[in-house]
Amino acid sequence: MERKKYLDLFLTFLKIGAFTFGGGYAMIPLIQRETVDNHGWINNDDVLEIVAIAESTPGPVAINSATFVGHKIGGFWGAVSATTGVVLPSFVIIYAISFVLRQFEELKVIQYAFSGIRAGVLALIIQALVSMYRQYPKDLPAYLIMAGAFAAVALFDVNVLLVIVCCALAGLLSAKLAERRAL
Amino acid sequence: MIYLDLFWTFFKIGAFTFGGGYAMIPLIQSEVTAHGWMTAEEVVNFVAVSESTPGPFAVNASTYVGAQTAGLPGAFCATFGVVLPSFVIILIVAGCLNRFRKSRIVQGCLSGLRPAVIGLIGAAVVTTGKTVFFPDGVSAAVLGTPAFFSAAVIFLLMLFPALKKVHPILIIAASAVLGIASGYLFHIL
Repeated sequence: MERKKYLDLFLTFLKIGAFTFGGGYAMIPLIQRETVDNHGWINNDDVLEIVAIAESTPGPVAINSATFVGHKIGGFWGAVSATTGVVLPSFVIIYAISFVLRQFEELKVIQYAFSGIRAGVLALIIQALVSMYRQYPKDLPAYLIMAGAFAAVALFDVNVLLVIVCCALAGLLSAKLAERRAL
Repeated sequence: MIYLDLFWTFFKIGAFTFGGGYAMIPLIQSEVTAHGWMTAEEVVNFVAVSESTPGPFAVNASTYVGAQTAGLPGAFCATFGVVLPSFVIILIVAGCLNRFRKSRIVQGCLSGLRPAVIGLIGAAVVTTGKTVFFPDGVSAAVLGTPAFFSAAVIFLLMLFPALKKVHPILIIAASAVLGIASGYLFHIL
């Protein structure tokens, strides 16, 4: 019985991992369909919880959600089964691609294609920047942190991990100050 | 020890990934170029590969870099490294979920991390822009060369459909075709 549950978790998250392109929140509807509608493992409130968790903990959304659902259904080994399942498809595909890419990267046509693709990727990153920027409420501390992180990394080449830690502390500090002012 | 190095590098990347893939481009770029595992151009190429295959960017990048540097064991170590931090954190937090999420310390940190992610994606635009337009270092001499010209035209042509949220795979396919056409037209390489 237990073994079947782990296998089920593994296969379900294998499917989710294989069909989520680009990662991120794109996989939430698929998780909902598989775990709520098809298996009845969790309910819709739990799905909302997954989103909240993915937002407040580090790591890719796919990993966070698989670990969370797996743990909820089958404890530690459930978490292992689901997380292995969600990672495996991209692992296999990328591992295979790494050979193909190396084989063809000397070809002129591939180099030309990638010179165009890099320009297209720049457009995609700008799109992500614009939609992220629109999504979040903005106030003065947020603007300062945004500008500070940008300048530190893009202009002054500061270590990104250091920048992330400092921004978290700055957020904490400004929240504390706002609290004190409200008293 | 290459395996440990791969594990530790991607462990750090996994532990500090907030808000999805693109914010991590500057970090991944600086880590893998510093180790000599990949060039800045290869990282940008890989963003396109990752967009066209299943899986999150950080996980795909770890598998790819690991495989290129140290074969199957390398891919395994790097991917294990990138997955481990979120796995462990979720297991720890799962027991006291509501307390964790509503904690004022967590809320405060997140209020700083959200704008930081936007700043980091802005930095990704700059580092990627340098790779696209000035692959050999920023200099005025590049301006007006066929390579610069075709990159600029392709970028501008793709910007509008990208902002209109045309699917990334379509953008990548179209810019590949344009890249091939202008490559043979101008004999860029």
